[in-house]
Amino acid sequence: MHSVMDSRPFFEDYSVKPMQRQFSPYADNGGSIIAISGNDFVVIGADTRLSSGYSIYTRDQNKLFKLSDTTVLGCSGCWCDTLSLTRILNARMQMYEQEHNKKMSTPACAQMLSTMLYYKRFFPYYISNILVGLDSEGKGCVYSYDPIGHTERSSYRAGGSAGALLQPLLDNQVGMKNMQNVQNEPLTIERAVGILKDTFISAAERDIYTGDSIKINVITKDGIKEDTFELRKD
Amino acid sequence: MTSILCPEIPNAGFSFENCKRNTLLQSKGLSLPKATKTGTTIVGIQIKDGIVLGADTRATEDTTVADKNCEKIHYIAPNIYCCGAGTAADTEMSTQMISSQLALHSLYTNRQVRVCTANMMLKQYLFRYQGYIGAALILGGVDSTGPHLYQIYPHGSTDKLPFTTMGSGSLAAMAVFESRWKPDMEETEGIQLVRDAIAAGIFNDLGSGSNVDICVIRKSGVDYKRTYEEANKKGTRQNSYRYPRGATAVLSTKIQNIEIETTVQHIEPMDTA
Amino acid sequence: MSILTYNGGAMLAMKGDGCVSIAADKRYGIQMQTVGTNFQKIFEMGPHLYVGLPGLATDTQTVMEKIRFRKNLYELRENRKISPKVMASMLSNMLYEKRFGPFFVEPIVAGLDPVTYEPFICNMDLIGCINKPDEFVVGGTASAQLYGMCESVWEPNLGPDDLFETTSQALMNAFDRDAISGWGAVVYIIEKDKVTIKDLKTRMD
Repeated sequence: MHSVMDSRPFFEDYSVKPMQRQFSPYADNGGSIIAISGNDFVVIGADTRLSSGYSIYTRDQNKLFKLSDTTVLGCSGCWCDTLSLTRILNARMQMYEQEHNKKMSTPACAQMLSTMLYYKRFFPYYISNILVGLDSEGKGCVYSYDPIGHTERSSYRAGGSAGALLQPLLDNQVGMKNMQNVQNEPLTIERAVGILKDTFISAAERDIYTGDSIKINVITKDGIKEDTFELRKD
Repeated sequence: MTSILCPEIPNAGFSFENCKRNTLLQSKGLSLPKATKTGTTIVGIQIKDGIVLGADTRATEDTTVADKNCEKIHYIAPNIYCCGAGTAADTEMSTQMISSQLALHSLYTNRQVRVCTANMMLKQYLFRYQGYIGAALILGGVDSTGPHLYQIYPHGSTDKLPFTTMGSGSLAAMAVFESRWKPDMEETEGIQLVRDAIAAGIFNDLGSGSNVDICVIRKSGVDYKRTYEEANKKGTRQNSYRYPRGATAVLSTKIQNIEIETTVQHIEPMDTA
Repeated sequence: MSILTYNGGAMLAMKGDGCVSIAADKRYGIQMQTVGTNFQKIFEMGPHLYVGLPGLATDTQTVMEKIRFRKNLYELRENRKISPKVMASMLSNMLYEKRFGPFFVEPIVAGLDPVTYEPFICNMDLIGCINKPDEFVVGGTASAQLYGMCESVWEPNLGPDDLFETTSQALMNAFDRDAISGWGAVVYIIEKDKVTIKDLKTRMD
C-alpha cells in the first residue's frame, strides 16, 4: 500500500502485484479399477469412461494394459501420464526379455514399476496403479501403488476415483471382515467376477466419473480372458 | 428480556450469528464445506399457447451423487412453475418463499398472479443478495396475457426468451434447441424436444443424470410429468448380499417397548326418554 | 481440512419393511487424535423419532438442544407428537436461516409417522436442503465409503432383523476404511411397538 511517509511517486500500475498465470501439468481423467485374486487366478476390472471436469472424452477407453501373458496393469488418473508410463514400461519389459532371455515375472514387474514411479519422485506420474498377475507359484497376486511408488501386495484392491466407495465392500465380501459365524470358502472365479460387477454397479450410481461399461480381464495359467459389462451411461 | 421460559420472538430473515465464529475457524485453516449443488440441466420452451419445462433429477456433492431423484421443477403458483439450478437449498427455499408471497398476493388482489410479477419478485430478491444466493432459475407460466418464459441469473438479471437452458448441462441442451426449436410447436412435439434436450444433458454432462421430469403449462391447466422417462436404470446385481442372522457381533442390546395408544370410543345409547 | 471433518464420524439410516434403522459410530476426536469413544450423535426426539447430527461436535450438541427446545414447544402447543416430516422441515428451515453462517452439521432424520407408522428417512446438507430417498441416507466423514456399501447391500423390504444386519455391516465396513470414524457403534431399529438399541463390537483402531 502507498503510505504518506513514502516520498516516492505513486504509480498505480506498478504498485499492484504482477499478474501470475499458472499452467497445471496434470489432469484428472477419472476412472476406477478393482482387482481380486484367488488361489490360481486373478481378475481385474476397469471402467471405460475417460472424462475431465463435467465432460466425457470417450465412453470406450480400455484402461487395462497387458504387459505379459500373466501380468496386467490397470491405470486411472492422469491419462497422459498413463500413456507415457505404459510406453516406457513396455520398453523396459522388452529390454529385460532380450537381456535375460526370459519373460519378466509379475513380482519382478511390480518391483520395477515401483522403482520407475519413485524415479519421478519430484514430478510424479499422477496415476493410481494396480498391477495383477500370477506369481512364481501360480497364485494370483495384486499390487497397488501410490503415485510415487509405494507398493503393497494384497489379495484384493480398489483404486481410482471411486476407490473409497468400492474398497469397504471388498473388505466385507472378499476379506470377510466384520462377520462372525460364516465359513470362508475359497473364492471362485465366478464369485470374484460377480462381486467385481456388483461393486462397479454401485460405483456407477454414486461416482460421476465411473460409468459406461467395464472391461474385465481374468488371468489364469491358461492365459488372459477378456469380458465386458455395461454400466449406466449418465 | 430473553430467557429460556420467555424467548423473544426471533427476527425474520437470515441470521448471521455464527458468521464471526465461522470466519475465525476459517482463519485457522479449516475450509468451509461445500453445500449440495444441483449441477443440473434445466430447460424451458414456449410452444403454441403454452410452456414446457424440463429438468434432470441428479443432485451432486462435489463428485458424488447426493440425490438420484430430486425434484427440480418447483411450484410457484397454480399457473406458474420454476426450474432451479445451482445451490440446491437456495433454489428450493427462494422458490418456496416467492410462492408463498404470491399466494398472498393472489388472495389480496383476487386475481390469478402474472408470470411477470413472479419474475420481478425473484429478480429483486436475488439482486438484493448480490449473487450470494446461488439460484439460477427458469420461470415459466401462462397468465391472462399468454405464455411467458423467463431466465433468471443468480445476480438478478433476467431475460424473456422463447427457449432457454441453464445449469452445467445447458450447452448440451441448447445444442438440441438451436437445431430443432421453432415457433408454435404442438404439445407432443414440444415435449419430445424438451425430453431430447434433457437427455442430451443427462448423457453428456456428468453433473446431470438419472431421470427426465417434464411440466407442461397451458391455459387449461398444468400437467406435471414427474419421472416422464427413466433415462437410466440401475444394473441388476449378480449376487445377493443378504447377511446371515448373527453375523454382526453385538456387545449389548436394549429394547424400549412403546405402548401404542389406542383410543376406544364408548358409544352411549341415544337418550330417547 | 474442512470444518466438517474436524471431529469425524459416520452415520446412516435405512428404510425397511415397516421399520427404519439409524446407526452411527461413537468416536469423538480432534482431527487425528481420538479423545472419546462414547460420543452420542443420535438423539431421541420421540418414541418413534430419532435425529442424527454428524459434523462438528460443538454444533451437534447446539443444534440438538435447539431442536429439542422447539420440539417440546411444538408438542405443548399442539398437544400431539411431532412427526418425522415436521421435524425435518423445522430443521431444514432452522439451518437455512443460517445460510450465510451455517452450523456444521449434516442431519439425518429417521422414524415412523406417529399416526400411520409409515417409515421415514431423510438427510440434508448443512444449509438445509432435504433429500428424501426410498432407500437409505448417509452422512459424516465416511460418506463415500457408506455410499459404496449401502448401494450394494441394501435391498427393499428388509425385516427388522435383516435390516439390523445390513445396517451394521454397511456401517462397520465403511468406517473401518475411514481414519477418523469408528471406535464402537450403536444401531437403533425402530419398529411400531419397540425400539431395539444395540451396541456393536467393532475394531478399536
